[in-house]
Amino acid sequence: MALLSMQNISKTFPGVKALNQVNLDVQEGEIHAVVGENGAGKSTLMKVLSGVYPHGQYDGEIVYDGAPARFSGISDSERKGIIIIHQELALVPQLSIAENIFLGNECARKGMIDWRETNKRTEELLAKVGLVEAPTTKVDNIGVGKQQLVEIAKALSKDVKLLILDEPTAALQENDSRKLLDLMLELKAQGVTSIIISHKLNEVRYVADSVTVIRDGMTVSKLDARAGLSEDDIVRDMVGRDMTHRFPEHSRTPGDILMEVEGWNVWHPEHAERKVIKNASFNVRAGEVVGIAGLMGSGRTELAMSIFGRSYGRNISGSVKLKGQPVDVSSVDRAIDAGISYVTEDRKALGLVLDETIRFNTTLANLEGVSAGSILKRNEETKVAERYREALAIRTPSVFQKTVNLSGGNQQKVVLAKWLFTAPEVLILDEPTRGIDVGAKYEIYTIINDLAAQGKAVVMISSEMPELLGMCDRIYVMNEGALVGELNAADASQERIMSLIVNE
Amino acid sequence: MELAESDSNVAPVVKTKSIGEYLSSHLRQYGLLFALIAVMAFFQIVTDGTLLRAVNVTNLLLQNSYIVIMALGMLIVIVSGNIDLSVGSVMGFIGALAAVMIVNHDMPVLVTIISCLVIGGVIGAAQGYWVAYWKIPSFIVTLAGMLVFRGLSLWLLEGQSVGPFPKEFQVLATGFVPDIFPAGLGAALAEIFDARKVNVLALGTGLAAAALVVWIGLRQRAQNKAYGIEDEPRSFFVARNVIIAAALIFVMFKLSLFRGLPNVLITMGVLTVIYAFITETTTVGRRIYALGGNQKAAKLSGIKTERLTFLAFTNMGVLAAAAGLVFAARLNTATPKAGFALELDVIAAVFIGGASMSGGVGTIIGAVVGAFLMGVLNNGMSIMGIGIDYQQMIKGLVLLAAVIFDVYNKNKQG
Repeated sequence: MALLSMQNISKTFPGVKALNQVNLDVQEGEIHAVVGENGAGKSTLMKVLSGVYPHGQYDGEIVYDGAPARFSGISDSERKGIIIIHQELALVPQLSIAENIFLGNECARKGMIDWRETNKRTEELLAKVGLVEAPTTKVDNIGVGKQQLVEIAKALSKDVKLLILDEPTAALQENDSRKLLDLMLELKAQGVTSIIISHKLNEVRYVADSVTVIRDGMTVSKLDARAGLSEDDIVRDMVGRDMTHRFPEHSRTPGDILMEVEGWNVWHPEHAERKVIKNASFNVRAGEVVGIAGLMGSGRTELAMSIFGRSYGRNISGSVKLKGQPVDVSSVDRAIDAGISYVTEDRKALGLVLDETIRFNTTLANLEGVSAGSILKRNEETKVAERYREALAIRTPSVFQKTVNLSGGNQQKVVLAKWLFTAPEVLILDEPTRGIDVGAKYEIYTIINDLAAQGKAVVMISSEMPELLGMCDRIYVMNEGALVGELNAADASQERIMSLIVNE
Repeated sequence: MELAESDSNVAPVVKTKSIGEYLSSHLRQYGLLFALIAVMAFFQIVTDGTLLRAVNVTNLLLQNSYIVIMALGMLIVIVSGNIDLSVGSVMGFIGALAAVMIVNHDMPVLVTIISCLVIGGVIGAAQGYWVAYWKIPSFIVTLAGMLVFRGLSLWLLEGQSVGPFPKEFQVLATGFVPDIFPAGLGAALAEIFDARKVNVLALGTGLAAAALVVWIGLRQRAQNKAYGIEDEPRSFFVARNVIIAAALIFVMFKLSLFRGLPNVLITMGVLTVIYAFITETTTVGRRIYALGGNQKAAKLSGIKTERLTFLAFTNMGVLAAAAGLVFAARLNTATPKAGFALELDVIAAVFIGGASMSGGVGTIIGAVVGAFLMGVLNNGMSIMGIGIDYQQMIKGLVLLAAVIFDVYNKNKQG
């Protein structure tokens, strides 16, 4: 019997169709895996299910527990037993395990918390999930793996019927992951139905009874895992898509090596014992577009940011050479002076001063270019902003528009304008097309091609493999902080990249 | 390139908004000006004209000079995304230091002034160091500074008031610029205005300043037009400039009827112009706004955010010291209570002037007008004989109202 049936779910964000007629059927008592690339729409689908996007903000029908369900919010779906555990844990680190488990749901009489009851019930729940810790231990003092178990205990305290785990093992070590997966199987034996979202196909094979593959906001296939399933079957469904006319034509003849990074090592800024980048070496030629593929959390952004003025990490070692000469990239302004630009993946939080105008943002990284002495030539500044507005086709009534009011694609163009105005030789683009619509993507690709044609070296980090295949001359594959492979455009395919990633 | 070209040939369209639309999107700037005018008109009426009498206008400027001087530095600190709670104490401490140096140790006035400004800078730098390089919240660092320097003033003065100062120090705050024009001219003007005397320098400065404001405004407007920048409707431009020019001339005229241009007004005016220039048209100013608007983005754009924060606090220290000297000179004595709770008036002035607690927003002119708005409220209520109890309550509510107005405006636009 189906516990959950999501029928023809569609969800549109301004300019982007995130979900398009998605169907998801989950049988009572099974573990159902939802797989797909980053940005395929898995998380959006789960947000629809858990009421983050309430009824009316999406199209389609949800049938849950035999009746149509129209959740008005996350507390509404929780009352009906649907509990979602997000990738980023929602625990309060300063509170104890017991306090976290009963947060917002305290065992209280007339507003007075009954601590004896709280701790007793916490102990029962911890026993269920196999966590040996005192209920009064602070969440801060236990590892991520155990925190994950606390989250599950919290879910169990709410009489969960359908447990949703979003990338539960992303931050876990091997043996912690195995423990968590075994717990899922145990809960299944106790009658809890689960949905697991995961990239790790070996884990999916280990726990899942059935698999739904989502790609580009659409259901691609529903596979039965009990009959045995190979990872190749899943990979093919995950990545296969029509690639014609999504990328502008280009023909490139890369020149000499422009930037060369050798033996790059980076440690985590807070956890001093964790090595984030492991002996990475790569190069990029003039007029070449080089891609870095990998999953979220594989260390691509950390690699880029640590090269760009040591903006990430500590104890950084290794060398960066430009045109064969070692360059000093120990601070952002030195990296900029050396000719390196980094376009961040998070344009709102790291790229733009949102409350300021297009003009303000365009010149921010090169104020010297629009000033005499240290006095700004504001007319010159306006001219510069206008020039880039035209060159990059930023759609706005004027360059005095605040960037917060622009669409994602136009915001991205403003960030690009800011970096182009520093006249870089090497551009590192981190997820340059994330969250922008197909038309704007095409324009960004065109800009990248133009840059390469001008002889600039472009490093493109992307989670969208078709984008890398459509744009790059070479692709490095990154996994768990190391560059695990290098493919020429001619030899590269999504299957090959995926298999380099999953086979570690 | 097809997609890119389809829209790129659209010329920059400068929409001329209707007057109503324009007013509602720029309500904040005009609101502050209107509020100042309204408050002054109100007190002028209820105090039977006492508020704008020559002697009171002079007083009003002198009374608020040290608030205005500190508001300049505070605006920068707040725009950079921080706060400085120690300025009242630092101001008191520097006043005490000056008194001990001059009165107790007979040190030369000029040496004292210079060393006090330097020490103010060092104090600011010491606090800025922890905020900028150790990332300790400025609220905590400067709260500690507030207590430390309050204690230091007490210690330095041994709990006593120290004074009086020599004349040459007093003129810092109470001196007036002598009239350089021939006395006959003043006498002739006095005849025309039916006044006892007229200080021609003060009146002339007022006229020159008014002309300068209008000229700069016109130049800016012409440039905006040339670059297709959306500008305020002509009627607003004219009205605003007439009001500002008239106010400048009026205030200076009042001053000219009393003792002329106070030294402090010159200091205040020059500092205001310098800081307005720094914040609006220099790279340092631009970077401070970027730092406050989005620190991470600023850092990733190659801006040395730590150094800027450090400098903002150092600058605040120097200005607090300057205010301390003016304050001590005005009272002609240094007391352990000098500057008590004054940081709150300074911070209130900056927020009333439109700065945002989260940083990145605010103007020098706004902060100065905010300071005078508070000053007029204080002065007007005192003339009316309203008790200090009601004064505090009313000032508190004005601050709250100003910020609510800000938030309301922002939500409406958002």
